[in-house]
Amino acid sequence: MSDTAPKNYLNEQKGIKSWLLTHDHKRIGLLYLYSIMTFFLVGGVFAVMMRLELWTPPSDLFSPDTYNQLFTLHGAVMIFLFIIPSIPAALGNFVLPLHIGAKDVAFPRLNLASWYIFIIGALFAVYSLVSGGVDTGWTFYTPYSVTTSTAVVPMVFGAFVMGFSSIFTGLNFIVTIHKLRAPGMTWFRMPLFVWGLYATAIIQVLATPVLGITLALLIMERVVGIGIFDPAMGGDPVLYQHFFWFYSHPAVYIMILPGMGIISEVISALSHKKIFGYKAIAFSSLGIALTSFLVWGHHMFISGQSELAAMVFSFLTFFVGIPSGIKMFNWVATLYKGSIDLRAPMLYALAFLFLFSIGGLTGIFLGAMSVDVFLHDTYFIVAHFHYVMVGGTVMALLAGLHYWWPKMFGRMYSEGMARVSALLIFVGFNMTFFTQFMLGIQGMPRRYASYPEQFAPLHGYSSVGSLIMAAGFILMGFYLFYSLFKGARADKNPWGATTLEWSIASPPPSGNFDNVPTIDSDPYEYKTAAGPNG
Amino acid sequence: MKVTDSMTAKHHPHVLPLGTYLIIGSLLLALTAITVYISLFDFGSMNLIVAMAVAATKATLVALYFMHLKYDKKIFSIVFVGALIFLAIFIIFTMLDTLRRDDINPIRIKTISPNAVIYQDKPVADSTDTAGQSGVTDSLTVDSAVTDQSSH
Amino acid sequence: MSHSSDHPANLAHHFTEVEQQQESAKLGMWLFLLTEILLFGGLFCFYAIFRAWNPDIFHNAHFHLDVVMGTLNTVVLITSSVTMALAIRSLQLDQKRAALWFLWSTLILAGIFLVVKYFEYAHKFHLGQLPGKYYTFQGIEGTNPHIFFSVYFLMTGLHGIHVIAGMSIIGWLIVKTSRNRFSSQYYTPVEMTGLYWHLVDLIWIFLFPMFYLIG
Repeated sequence: MSDTAPKNYLNEQKGIKSWLLTHDHKRIGLLYLYSIMTFFLVGGVFAVMMRLELWTPPSDLFSPDTYNQLFTLHGAVMIFLFIIPSIPAALGNFVLPLHIGAKDVAFPRLNLASWYIFIIGALFAVYSLVSGGVDTGWTFYTPYSVTTSTAVVPMVFGAFVMGFSSIFTGLNFIVTIHKLRAPGMTWFRMPLFVWGLYATAIIQVLATPVLGITLALLIMERVVGIGIFDPAMGGDPVLYQHFFWFYSHPAVYIMILPGMGIISEVISALSHKKIFGYKAIAFSSLGIALTSFLVWGHHMFISGQSELAAMVFSFLTFFVGIPSGIKMFNWVATLYKGSIDLRAPMLYALAFLFLFSIGGLTGIFLGAMSVDVFLHDTYFIVAHFHYVMVGGTVMALLAGLHYWWPKMFGRMYSEGMARVSALLIFVGFNMTFFTQFMLGIQGMPRRYASYPEQFAPLHGYSSVGSLIMAAGFILMGFYLFYSLFKGARADKNPWGATTLEWSIASPPPSGNFDNVPTIDSDPYEYKTAAGPNG
Repeated sequence: MKVTDSMTAKHHPHVLPLGTYLIIGSLLLALTAITVYISLFDFGSMNLIVAMAVAATKATLVALYFMHLKYDKKIFSIVFVGALIFLAIFIIFTMLDTLRRDDINPIRIKTISPNAVIYQDKPVADSTDTAGQSGVTDSLTVDSAVTDQSSH
Repeated sequence: MSHSSDHPANLAHHFTEVEQQQESAKLGMWLFLLTEILLFGGLFCFYAIFRAWNPDIFHNAHFHLDVVMGTLNTVVLITSSVTMALAIRSLQLDQKRAALWFLWSTLILAGIFLVVKYFEYAHKFHLGQLPGKYYTFQGIEGTNPHIFFSVYFLMTGLHGIHVIAGMSIIGWLIVKTSRNRFSSQYYTPVEMTGLYWHLVDLIWIFLFPMFYLIG
């Protein structure tokens, strides 16, 4: 950054030590941002390697064993190292205190500790990666995870450690939201991103401990042989699935809820219109958080759980559609007659609306037991999951990243390149994964390195799509990096948005607010449907 | 800033009388004695309920008095009770599976009607199919062997 | 992170009031306790499931636990909870010597708990009443009696780890208290440790009847 810039959180202190020992939530947010981008690159490379292998029917590029490791590492890295910390820990850390008018999160030292715990966990995962990999799938299902000869223990231990990072971030955010709101910032004057983070944090503190004990038990089972997951010793492998999904189903809402919060922000700000149905969106976030704990058995319809449990879980699964639908309608209603500004954040937000609708609706199909039995472990599941996680969370992350980038670094990226990149990602994504819905319906099972000739055309499209998507991400990496040094200086409020973070300089000063703001209005008070800076 | 008053104000902790702690402590020890004593008798399936009721009473005393939930803000009680509710959801839903594993719904395929036409094949010129050539098959009847699977 | 001059010494820069900071700490601690409850909750779930599946094994095996030692440990832990609560009360009243005395009592009682636990564990190791594949004991009827000991060692073991963690924190509090770091104006760490210690007690209150009394 040039020295002419006024004092801000980036240039006030210099040197690597000032970053590694920082207590500033904005800097910790950036540390997370750099970490998750690194792991996104790693996971993305695995994904492209898989698609290259799947370009042709025989397993010619990699051996089936290597392929098993590729999809496991892609899943484990993307889930535990990228997507769970992505929005809450990176963007959430940066934006949350700014949004509620606070100087920092409630426990800044714990916040830094969370990042270090995350990195320690990540190191274990990386160690597992270089010491033989893992071939169990990211879910580490027993009994295979107990018997395989690959490096399961370090990977599981890494996930266990990263769980604490997630817990502490969630705990920190809940306390921050309860105790550090600026004077006048009532619960219903908080921006909706904060509501999303609040619902996320509740899931993080409630569900992650169960993952902790589950993974600890898996390690005990593998190392000591306690036999609780081993049917030969009176244990039960299905119990592992219950324990795992009690965390991991809510965990997919850890991934999507903060993304929904970002979409609320971006759609309101770039339509220059008050969000439609504020309270409905706020409460639907909590509704999703609570329902998420009641539906985990829908991952286990063919696991051998009791018919009663399967029916109850299937029935309850449909309720998740209600709060998600409420949000969808509210976003669309916000767009209606808004002054829509089609710059990069909005493009990603619109992509989110399209793709998440498809992802969400196919989820409803899969919640129906009879359909799920047919589609279980096919590419349909893979496509559904990626439509929710990439089409939902990653699109929201990109929307948020482009939306807050000027605030983070005080520079604008190239809007033209951003649009090209958004187009490449959108087209590439749909090519990659819509074909996989079709493959799944035709019966192509997931997790195979080779497949019959009849699936070759669709797999081919899918692989080409993944390369287009990769090109989009590479372009994004390029223009974002370039903007750090050569980008035009961003002013305070490039989008004409009304939330608190846009009332202070870009980048913000170390203490966020020179005077503690007093809030006397709702977060989205757009007077007229005027254009940017209007 | 109007908060200046409270910034300089002294902190006044809420102090419980010594007697409260001693009484609660004695109650806890007495309840321990009671639960050990009644465990000497066998109430069958009530053993679990009695022991858990005593334990829950003790836990409530600890939470209310030692952990000050009775005197503190309600939010802390909400957090505590919330944890218990979600734990209960976890255990109950998991046991919905584990206790009902053998409970397989018997698939009873009943004879719809002895003379019902359930499959009618249009004559095809080169068909070598024999079933249904007459136009009417026997109605689909399944013996009770299917239902026997549930009783393993 | 320098404090501005109008800030009390123990008030971090991003809080405006002592009260706000204390309640934040307490809310954070309660949320941490919530995660602890759910961490143990997984094992409680295991206990419930395996006991429902194998009621006979649990009944037969629980006679091999020593009720006298279990009761002794319950009394020890409840007493340590009382002394911990009284340590906080003493600090609230600025009675430093009494607070130190109560903290030391808590620490010693926790030590006694672990010693008793050690003797119980050692006895079981000796008899081969061990979890999983290490189980060699012959005296319990039924298939897979080791399940009881798997759950027993997992739950009491995790609880024991929490006792050890609590002891090290209490030891740190003793050092801080003797250096006059705490007073009626600032005793948040002691109060937080108290909450943690009471939760450890609370979990033992359930573990004791679950294993020793009804099996």
